[in-house]
Order: sequence, then C-alpha cells, then structure tokens
Amino acid sequence: MTTTEWQIVAFTAGMAVFSTVLILVPGVALAWGLARFRWRGKALVETIVALPLVLPPVVTGLVLLKLFGRRGPVGHWLYSAFHLDIVFTWRAVALALAVMSFPLLVRTARSAIEEVNPALEQIARTLGAGEWRVFFTITLPLAKRGVLAGTLLAFARALGEFGATIMVAGNIPGVTTTLSTDIYQLVQLGEDNHAWTLAGISLALAFAALWISERLQRRSKT
Amino acid sequence: MTPGIQASFTKRFAGGPVIRMENLCTGGNGVTVLFGPSGSGKTTVLRCLAGLEPPGAGTIQFDGEVWFDAGTKICVPVQKRNLGFVPQDYALFPHLTVAANIGYGLHGQSAVENTSRVGEIMRRLSLDGLETRRPCELSGGQQQRVALARAVIRRPRLLLLDEPLSALDSPTRQRLRGELHAQLAQLDLPTILVTHDRWEAAALGDQLVVLDQGNVIQTGPVADVFNHPANLAVAAIVGTETILLGHVSRVTDGLATVNVNGFEFIALAAGLPPGANEVHLCIRAEDVILVQPGGAPASARNRLSAMVRSLAPEGPMMRIELDGGFPLKALLTRQACDELALRAGASVMALIKAPHIHLIPR
Repeated sequence: MTTTEWQIVAFTAGMAVFSTVLILVPGVALAWGLARFRWRGKALVETIVALPLVLPPVVTGLVLLKLFGRRGPVGHWLYSAFHLDIVFTWRAVALALAVMSFPLLVRTARSAIEEVNPALEQIARTLGAGEWRVFFTITLPLAKRGVLAGTLLAFARALGEFGATIMVAGNIPGVTTTLSTDIYQLVQLGEDNHAWTLAGISLALAFAALWISERLQRRSKT
Repeated sequence: MTPGIQASFTKRFAGGPVIRMENLCTGGNGVTVLFGPSGSGKTTVLRCLAGLEPPGAGTIQFDGEVWFDAGTKICVPVQKRNLGFVPQDYALFPHLTVAANIGYGLHGQSAVENTSRVGEIMRRLSLDGLETRRPCELSGGQQQRVALARAVIRRPRLLLLDEPLSALDSPTRQRLRGELHAQLAQLDLPTILVTHDRWEAAALGDQLVVLDQGNVIQTGPVADVFNHPANLAVAAIVGTETILLGHVSRVTDGLATVNVNGFEFIALAAGLPPGANEVHLCIRAEDVILVQPGGAPASARNRLSAMVRSLAPEGPMMRIELDGGFPLKALLTRQACDELALRAGASVMALIKAPHIHLIPR
C-alpha cells in the first residue's frame, strides 16, 4: 500500500470516529427522550431523525450543502460569526458522516433503553434518586450493550458513507477524499487494483465493527 | 395532625375499571394490611400512595402533610415522600451487588457512614457475607430481605410492601411469614402491606383494610374483621374461618396448648418457632363437628361447650355461629342440623381435631 492509500484509510477511520463521538451524547440523549418521555413534536422529531435512512444519501447531501454553504442559513452564520467554512472541507466530511449515521445510533440505543424494566427506575426514584441519577446509575448501565452496539453500527455506517459526502465535501485529494470517494475515483480512472485494495480494507473494517455490534446486541437480549 | 395516611381518591385506567379509594386511614406505627382479591385495585392504591402513579382526583395526606391534591394540583414527587417501597417482584438492580443495592438510597452521605449502615442492616436481616453477590445469585428469601433492607435503610417515614411473599414458593412463603413479621415488628415503621393471602394478612397485619374494586368495605383489627365480617361481601373476601388470638402455654410431644379466653386448645406444634407466645388459631368452619352436649367420649382433642347464636343457610349447608366464650363458626349439612335440632340459643358441644387447628405465630 502506498502512503496516499494509508493516509486515506487513516483519514476515513479518523473522520468516522470523530463523527461518532460527535453524535454519541446527543444521540443517546435523544434516544432516552424518545424511549422514556412524552413530549410535543416527538413524532415529528422521530421522523426527521429517521429520514436519512430512507432518503437517497445524495439528497441528504444536497440539503446539507444548501444549509451549510456560505450562502446557506447555517453556513452564512458560521462564516460571519466564526469565519468557519464547512462545505468542501474536512468539517463537511464529519458533518455528512454524523448526519448519515445518527439514525442508526438513536434507533439502536432507543430500543436498548426501552428494554430496561421501568420498575427498576421507579424503585430508584422511591429511594430518592432524581432523573439524572436514575439515568446514569440504572438506565444507562443496563442499556450499555445496546448503546455500544448502536455506536459501532453508526461507526460502520460512517466508514462507508459516499453519497452525502461527495455532495457536501466533494473529493479533494488530501482534504476530503475518503475510502468510498477514492474507490469511485480510482475505478473511473481504470486503476482497479488500487480500488480493490481499498475495497478490501473497507470490508475488513466494516466487518469487524458489525460483527462486534451484532454480538453485543445478542448478548444484551439474553 | 393526624398520624399516618389519610386518603380518598379515584384512579381511572384508559378503558379499564375505576379504582375508588375512600377514607383510607392507617393510624400510627404498625402494619396495615390492604386485603382483597386479585384485581381489587390493591397494587394501584399502593402505587398511588407511593407517588408512582398520579390519582385522577382526590387527596392523599401523610402525617398531616399533603402529598396529593387534585384540587390545588399538588403532587409531591416520589423522591420527596421519603418512603420505602418493596414491589412484588422485588425489582433488585441486576447490575449491582447486594451491598450496592441496599446502599443505593444513601446517596450523598459519607462513604464510611454508608458502609457501616449497610453492614448494620445486613446483619439485622441476616444477610452477612452476601455483600458482593449479584441478585441473580440469591435465593427468593434472600432477595426479599435485600429488597426490604434497601427500602428501610433510609429510615423512611412509611414502608409500602406489595405482596412481599407472593414471588416465593409455598413452603418458603410459610417459613418467611413469621420471619417477616418479626422483621416488621423490629423495624417499627408505619407500614402498609398489600396481600390477597388471608394467612399472610393474619400473620403480618395489625389493622386490616378490606378492599373490593378499590372500595374500602371494612376496617379494623385483623381478628375482628375475620371473625365479624361487616357484611356478606367482606365474608366472601376474607373467607369465614374462625381466627382467634391465643397464648401458647406449653408445647409437649409435638402438641401445643394454646389458651384462648380461658379455654385450652390442643393443636399440632409443627411449624411453630421455639419460644412463640402469641399465635393466631385458624379453624375452618367445615372442620368443626357438633354433637349433643355431654356426648360420648371422642377422639377429638378439643371439646368445647358452646351456644348457637345464629344459623344461616348456604346452599345445601347451614352456617352456624357459635359462642364458646369467643366466636366459632361451623358448617353443617341441613340434615345434620335437623337431627341435632339446632336453633338459636341451643347448647351444643363443638369437637375439633388437633390437626385441624392451624397455628400462625405472631
């Protein structure tokens, strides 16, 4: 493998880890909110969060491009307030991966939290524990396998992201090129051997993440 | 200030029955048993008292403090009620050790004090040596004691127990009834206990509140309610067996002599813990045999002269209330009643075999 290939693997894995870390806290918090509380607009939020699962990734990428571009509402504000450019930078890669893998984390974590017996949480309350303490000492420890499985699933999804990434971050060598976008590029250029090497690495990484995630989910159910 | 719980409330389930709780008063310390058949709303009442479910309307007060008032929209959160709750399946935290389960409620105090309090309560409830076990490694009886220890370690103002022994198999349940009674007496907390088991109610309760479809239909000391059901509904719920409070005067050759108002009953001492003094004698009405006064010698150990107070037909049978210095009930065929020419005011001799008297230690 060439140095460039190594760089792409490291960049992609690093971005996948970064985006997963980014969504971990809000994802688990939202999963908790969806699993345990009733609030106005819950159904709407549920639908919006699940959208990236069914929308063509290119469409999600297009929406992000328009929102975060310098003339988009969010992008304009970020640029004028912090001089931050998002689209076609590494930040756009992280953003695309985060948005695309968020629903997988939320859905897996939500069902893990729903499986925790509410009677245990109620008993903790009778013992004086407030909602935060109940969550951190009872709910989360009992749901931790499912939450971890969801995290790995989100990471695996982020590793292979293509459609949204190419829309919002492009394929700028050394800046935004990820495994998937590079494989596409290599095939276009007829460099199939290089493409196969990267495809093999993608497969190995995704396989490992999924395999651990499945095992965790199965053990959490028994 | 009125001590204990004062509650009147209703709770409606979507598409389900309405639970109506009227004028529940529990007084001070001691065990109040909410007694009623399955589906009579006992658990719901307990959960409403605990604050785990909001009632639809009404008020709940404890020691004069308002816990719930639908009118003024007051609902003290469960965390602030300072109560101990033992649910039916114990709900021990499966991921925590026994010591961590018991100490869960001691959040925010010094670790040294917490450890010593956990150790103290574990000793009192004979749980020593189980500190590092997980709940799944405990027997049913041990789980019950851990749940009790966890509920009382914060010295709650009120202890709520939901069918505390029903998760256990029948022999264990019988053995633990006496133990639990001793533990509750030692804790000396105002306690409300829910059960549908009349033996459990007799063994554990001081006051009995009989519930039917969420309505309080009779309240009083346990023996009073059992022996003098206010109406047919109560009689049907508590069963009509005689329950008498007696003192064990001696135990010899496996037989216990128990004094009730001067009459000495002979009963099997099996299952009676050594040193038991106060006991409930339970006698099923169908186990009482009536003969003419001064009848021939019989094998039955208990022979009691009594007067017939009343007769009530019950299908092919006749239910007879007797007075032998204490109330006693007998269930006879109508035929037998005719042969003995029984009527109110008649004198009879009641025979009860020793094995037919069930002793419940208090």
